[in-house]
Amino acid sequence: MKVFKGRPVVPGTAQAEALVSSAGFNTLASFQKSLMFGDKKSSCSDQNNAELYQQPMAGKALCMPQTIGSTTGGMVLYCAVEMGQSPACLLFSKPIDSLAAAGAILAGVWSDVPMPTVDSLGDEFLQYVKSGMPVAVAPDGTVTVG
Amino acid sequence: MQLTQQQQAMLDGAQGKALAKVMKTLVMYGETFGATRMVPVTSDYGHLVTSFGLGVLKPVYALLDEIIADGVVAKQQFSVDPRPLQKGVPVTLLQSLVFRLMYSKQTEYEARLQKLGLMGDDAFTCACYQPETGNTPQQGQVLSWAESSAVVYANSVLGARCNRNSGIIDIFGSIAGFVPEFGLLTDEGRRATWVVELKTTKLPPAQVLGSAIGMKVLEEVPYIRGLTTYLGNELTPAVQDYLKDMGAATASNGAVGLYHVEGLTPEAVQLGDALLAPQTNTYVIDDAELQRVMDSYPCIWKEADAEPKMCFIGCPHLSLSQLQSWTARLEQALQQQGRQKVAIPTVLTAAPAVVKEFEQTPDAARLQATGSVLASICPLMYMNNPLCGKLPIITNSNKLRTYTSARYATDERILAAITQGGALQ
Repeated sequence: MKVFKGRPVVPGTAQAEALVSSAGFNTLASFQKSLMFGDKKSSCSDQNNAELYQQPMAGKALCMPQTIGSTTGGMVLYCAVEMGQSPACLLFSKPIDSLAAAGAILAGVWSDVPMPTVDSLGDEFLQYVKSGMPVAVAPDGTVTVG
Repeated sequence: MQLTQQQQAMLDGAQGKALAKVMKTLVMYGETFGATRMVPVTSDYGHLVTSFGLGVLKPVYALLDEIIADGVVAKQQFSVDPRPLQKGVPVTLLQSLVFRLMYSKQTEYEARLQKLGLMGDDAFTCACYQPETGNTPQQGQVLSWAESSAVVYANSVLGARCNRNSGIIDIFGSIAGFVPEFGLLTDEGRRATWVVELKTTKLPPAQVLGSAIGMKVLEEVPYIRGLTTYLGNELTPAVQDYLKDMGAATASNGAVGLYHVEGLTPEAVQLGDALLAPQTNTYVIDDAELQRVMDSYPCIWKEADAEPKMCFIGCPHLSLSQLQSWTARLEQALQQQGRQKVAIPTVLTAAPAVVKEFEQTPDAARLQATGSVLASICPLMYMNNPLCGKLPIITNSNKLRTYTSARYATDERILAAITQGGALQ
């Protein structure tokens, strides 16, 4: 078990299984098909992300460096939350990017089901956490892995 | 964040619950990036990235309905990205059915945009900054835009100031009339942290140069040396077109929101090396590096050597001079092949206002005679139809390549493929 301390962008609690993307997470490419076809498991549709492709993302602790891709990204994340298809929380090793921040904050302000989001967890966090590990998030940005 | 009395009142709900939530979103967004104040949006017009009435975007429509129901409108009119569909663009019956299902909310969504402050029926383009559309920001103006290719153009070529925002944040800034000040809105955030040394033997294809730079610097600001050797020091229409296409590739293959070109773009001309951050990285681009980048593009077609079934030219939307240039090149290439019409369905896309201007010229009939289709859709939204995404489609757009299964080729290879037919050479 290891504890990491990050910055809570959208504070909250979550307990979920980790799903790790060691490269940038392309939000639109990843959620496009599952949102379009109502896949409640939110199977990742980004063919360029071998780690996540076809993996279910809903309810997971999504761990990544940052998000990349289309500037519709924030809006896509917000839709995933409102449609009950989002990850349980977003955990970033680096400072959050503007698109992911927008999505997490839109969910925090406009949705009844916010998505706790923590950034700046450090490179060691992403090196340590592996898909399938249990993850617990506290409102102060403490993330416990394992 | 320090708010003015007016901003604090908005946040406290003096102008309604919906506007308070808009302000709360902007404040949280700004605080995440260390903003200490809001600054007024000073451009004449806004621009929205979300132009498509996808049925699955119900939460976005509900959010907008909440805002509209509270009597809120944008403080500035806005243009919006291209529509997804248009008559005349080749589709099969089955593709058409899927399109109708996918974009089932288009009419309703556009009605919402009208209520919120849409500029007009011709305001659907990703290249809103072109003079024909009339949403051309001035240097120093603060924008609340999100379309990545428009943001990077406005920042770099026009010297306006805009962060690389997400959809919805764009309309929120236009509604509030303020945006949080951070990143590319600040002098510090506009300093270059990468120096790109161009050492090629000729002018690189804009879309490949932009791709190389984007993949290397990601979201940082590059300062490009050596490009004026080929482009000169004047922002002519042709140079603006080059920078438009290069910028779109930097923004989609990476996450660039601003680049400077030594001796060419406004801030680089005015400030020169003073734009460089104290610590910079260097990236040398020569012919071999460009080839390496092009060779790295995966082909995700089922059959890599399949014959292309369709071609898209114009992502981002073509300018008037690009339309004229493509018309001439298509005519010449067809003549050389002894053909009257293009060998595969070919769609050129441009802003509605640009198409209208083009149609006033004799070139419009010449282009039509080649069998090409001129439309104002978003090729990306066309490719999002799973039935279209399965087809071997080629494009000269590195943005379209990045987000879809379309295969990139340089203008020369595209021209050969669409006028000769057969597999991509």
